[in-house]
Amino acid sequence: MALITDLFVQGGQMLIVLLLAPLLTGFVRATKARMMRRRGPPLVQPYRDLVRLMRKEVVLADSASWLFRVIPYLIFAATWVAASLVPTFRTGLLFSWSADLIAIAALLGSARFFLALAGLDVGTSFGGIGSSREVMIASLAEPAMIMIVFTLALLAGSTQLSTIAELMVAPGVGLRVSLGLALIALIMVALAENARIPVDNPATHLELTMVHEAMVLEYSGRHLALIELSTFLKLLLYVSLIACIFAPWGVAEQGATSAALAVGIVAYVGKLAGGGLLLAVFETSIAKMRVFRVPEFLGAALMLGLLATLLLFVSRSL
Amino acid sequence: MTVVILVCAACWLVLAGTAVAIGRSPAGSTIIYGGSLLLAVVSLVVGTIHLLGHAAPAAVTLPLGLPWIGAHFRLDALSAFFIVVVDLGAVTASLFAIGYGRHEQAPLRVLPFYPAFLAGMNVVVLADDAFSFLVAWEFMSLSSWALVLAHHQVPDNIRAGYVYIVMASFGTLALLLAFGLLAGPDGGYAFADIRASHPSAAVAALALCLALLGAGSKAGLVPLHVWLPLAHPAAPSHVSALMSGVMTKVAVYGFVRIVFDLLGEPAWWWSMVVLTLAGLTCVLGVLYALMQHDLKRLLAYHTVENIGIIFIGLGLGLAFKAYGMAWAAALALTAALLHVFNHSLFKSLLFFGAGAVLTATGERDMEHLGGLIHRMPQTAFTFLIGCAAISALPPLNGFVSEWLTFQAILVSPQLPSWGLKFLVPAVGALLALSATLAAACFVKAFGVTFLGRARTPAAMAAQETDRFSLAAMFLLAALCLAAGILPGLFIDALAGVVQTLAGERMPVQSGVEWLSIVPIAQSRSSYNGLLVFLFMVISGVLAAFAIHRLASDRLRRAPAWDCGYPDASPATQYTASSFAQPIRRVFGSAVFRAREQVTMPPPGDTGPARLHVVLHDPVWEGLYLPLAAGISFTAERLNGLQFLTIRQFLSLVFAALVILLLVLALWP
Amino acid sequence: MSRLTFDVAHMLAGSLVLVSFLQLYQDRLYALLNIYAVHALVLALSVAWQAYAQDAPHLYVTAAIALVFKAIIIPIALHRIIVRLGIHREIEKVVGVGPAMLIGMGLVALAMVVMLRVTAEADPLAREDLAFALSVVLLGLLMMVTRRNAVSQVVGFMSLENGLVLAATGAKGMPLVVEISVAFSILIAFIVIGIFLFRIRERFDTVDLQVLDSYRGERR
Repeated sequence: MALITDLFVQGGQMLIVLLLAPLLTGFVRATKARMMRRRGPPLVQPYRDLVRLMRKEVVLADSASWLFRVIPYLIFAATWVAASLVPTFRTGLLFSWSADLIAIAALLGSARFFLALAGLDVGTSFGGIGSSREVMIASLAEPAMIMIVFTLALLAGSTQLSTIAELMVAPGVGLRVSLGLALIALIMVALAENARIPVDNPATHLELTMVHEAMVLEYSGRHLALIELSTFLKLLLYVSLIACIFAPWGVAEQGATSAALAVGIVAYVGKLAGGGLLLAVFETSIAKMRVFRVPEFLGAALMLGLLATLLLFVSRSL
Repeated sequence: MTVVILVCAACWLVLAGTAVAIGRSPAGSTIIYGGSLLLAVVSLVVGTIHLLGHAAPAAVTLPLGLPWIGAHFRLDALSAFFIVVVDLGAVTASLFAIGYGRHEQAPLRVLPFYPAFLAGMNVVVLADDAFSFLVAWEFMSLSSWALVLAHHQVPDNIRAGYVYIVMASFGTLALLLAFGLLAGPDGGYAFADIRASHPSAAVAALALCLALLGAGSKAGLVPLHVWLPLAHPAAPSHVSALMSGVMTKVAVYGFVRIVFDLLGEPAWWWSMVVLTLAGLTCVLGVLYALMQHDLKRLLAYHTVENIGIIFIGLGLGLAFKAYGMAWAAALALTAALLHVFNHSLFKSLLFFGAGAVLTATGERDMEHLGGLIHRMPQTAFTFLIGCAAISALPPLNGFVSEWLTFQAILVSPQLPSWGLKFLVPAVGALLALSATLAAACFVKAFGVTFLGRARTPAAMAAQETDRFSLAAMFLLAALCLAAGILPGLFIDALAGVVQTLAGERMPVQSGVEWLSIVPIAQSRSSYNGLLVFLFMVISGVLAAFAIHRLASDRLRRAPAWDCGYPDASPATQYTASSFAQPIRRVFGSAVFRAREQVTMPPPGDTGPARLHVVLHDPVWEGLYLPLAAGISFTAERLNGLQFLTIRQFLSLVFAALVILLLVLALWP
Repeated sequence: MSRLTFDVAHMLAGSLVLVSFLQLYQDRLYALLNIYAVHALVLALSVAWQAYAQDAPHLYVTAAIALVFKAIIIPIALHRIIVRLGIHREIEKVVGVGPAMLIGMGLVALAMVVMLRVTAEADPLAREDLAFALSVVLLGLLMMVTRRNAVSQVVGFMSLENGLVLAATGAKGMPLVVEISVAFSILIAFIVIGIFLFRIRERFDTVDLQVLDSYRGERR
């Protein structure tokens, strides 16, 4: 019985992240538009975009290979698996022990690896710009992420996300400097990984300012739909990760009643809305950095993560 | 068991001899490589049986070599593991070479030395006394040196051979001194005698440093790595794969044997030296690799980085062992040894791919390639698997060993030393940085070589390689996937080795449900490669199915969109140097003083502008050039001793005599 | 004292280190002044919390001084001066942001090693707070050493002093903290005035106010 409930919850999680992801992006876009005193697109516009893209014909470049056609599926698979393993409304997911936080970060890394390859596949200079800048950003964002994982793992005694989430829910943690530093570093990494301002402009199509958009420039139709959905999922994953670790209130425990599960779902939607609002406010109030300022930005995130880890290493002996 | 492998070694030497006779004919090449393949299979089977069966060590003494020592050979768990690594590499390299060797221009310069090289490597791993170890080590070095010089018309290769022989001799000298110190004044050269004697702390420390110098130079630790990117690309591709994937592991074996087995209990500060060198090696190796546009040189520098990762695991193992945390030492050592195995797999695969590309196009420079995925689809597929494996992407095997190393780092706050408390997080950050940079490097390598459009006619005319080469590459790709999906099996196979080195082993993995791996305890962390793989496959299939049902399936080929500015010339796409430019600017300007110079033609001149990237190798210019200058200076000065008069020579002899008599008089 | 009190004090000390790093990161002068204002604000909060936690009312005065002088008056004054004298808006760096961050990390590690070894028998959280305070001092010095712009050196000096105040309040029993704070603030004021005098002297070759009067635009 418990197994069936667990299976149900895991499947529900996978479905919920898939369904809510476009809504989150739509909410962020609508809020940004309102803050800039525009009407903005309706909240469900990303769903309409996806449906429209799926109905369109794929226009494939002459020089694109079989890898170009397979990569959207690979990226989607990796991102969806990673998003399914981050606890959203309940901890203790059925398959959470199969991939810990390092594996989740590595799954996102493999999605990025294939996306960078897609940028190089057609053999245009735009794809090259996107891929080379993306790997530069990744070369600093991912070590920062791993340092954050270290900090959390040292506090929780495990790299399993469920264990970390349960530790954060428990009252014994208190405010810790390392957690504060890790939060700031995680926000910086999340901004970089999701190609948000100040690192990259998700709404631009100008070569000087794009990183992510440059890599997917040659994609169209159903392939582009899958890649857009993966991008939405990635944003949802990072907001869920920050919510699960740093705002763990309302998350149901393992073996909870359905009332607690319902509360968990409502709390989760609320956290998503809050995160989206904060993201929209932040993006509207700051300008995009020039490209070679981004390594300094991410280097600062890496230093914060390293400092947080160092503090934990040192304070163990006290 | 040991005798079987020794007989294989002898047969390889016989093959080497016959190669001199029959090497010129094409059938001869097939015979030599086929024979080597069979012998390697036999050795591999013997080693695997010994390792998996947890058999007792089997020792053999032969009446060769020095009369009062003889030649001791022993097959214990550590040797069996490294025999497996060496011979798996030999099997795949021989299989690859059956196809690749047909294109060899100078077969008589390659064929006699190849079986000798294999024999040397196998005997090093089996040796149980210092003398046979060093003889086999030198034999391995010399035969690989001959292979490096096989294509001696290329001037770079001659320089590569020169640097290689100097560094190899230096390494052997260091090892000789190390063994001499350990054998002590009684001259007990057998490893059993050395194990029984307990050297003082000073002697052990000195032996550690000498072992680091000797084995480290062969493995490629910074700053002793300079020969590696010169020599590995110079040799034929199957030999490069063996040198990078296997010979460096034999050097790791030498280090492990001396430091973990023969030196006894480690002091705590040894790990700090090893970890510092390893962290530096990791990051410098991958930064060098990112600056390269020669495919084989990039792979050689990458080997340096992976050796750094292996030595991080070994350093952590030393630290845990010094503080008596045997279970943590087992974890760190398993991570290091698993990476030894994984690296030999994917590095061989990548070198084979580079060899296939070289045969098909005649080019090693990535900036003259491109679009090969259309012309060589199977090679491209296996090369992609190799790139994904070396970038530590789940569910392949590179991720497993890296995950285990991270878990070992996460255990280290329990170490009481302050120095380690500051060093280990820094090393962890360096490891994370090098892992990501490695992924960037392989996006570049695969993307520029195989994807995009062909940049030269040679790339446009490429053909797929022969069946044997493809068979070797597919075999290795399948093994990479297997080691990533079922890592528990491989970890359990290593248990015997780790038990002898650390005193404990990792928890038994075969009993864990769903074939996860559990480094310490179920409650702490676990990883399940099989489930991740299945999840990804199911998600991908579901997505494909949903798209197939719900979306339009029309597809049309058209010229690339390129934002409305398409350019027909393939020269406008990104090259390796341009791809690496952001990273070169961020990291290279500090580490390599990387500068880009543009020489513009005067106005009205129709010549092209040229862009040069100028890099300064910090290790070469900071350490080796001053050292060489100092040696030249001293040699010049000492040369003056040649031109003394007779009276001055006599006074030298007189002075020496007087000094010796003084010493005799004053000695207490 | 409860766990929460310790944690908040600890968090505020850590935030001060974080803001010091942020100062190192800036490359524009106005942003630097704003960050310095935040630095002083965090210091004021930290001192006020210590006053509450240690039940030492005289520390409220120090907090008020830090808030009024350093967080409000000095940044506004410097802002006006920069505009008036047309000082360079961009901060020229001797050492770039990346290496400066790395050296900053090393300094924090050094401060921790030193402090944790020296205060071996003290209360653990006080030790970490002292280590943070020493880190802030060292980071302020780093800023002074690696930036060419005079205003950024003044900011570095003031953030160094903030670190000293943090150390003084953290280690209980330093009654002269208020007086020392005022003295340092006056010292800063004199330094800033000194900068003006240099500029004026450079511009007009004299600091004689009588002579300067003749350069005024409007006639009486």
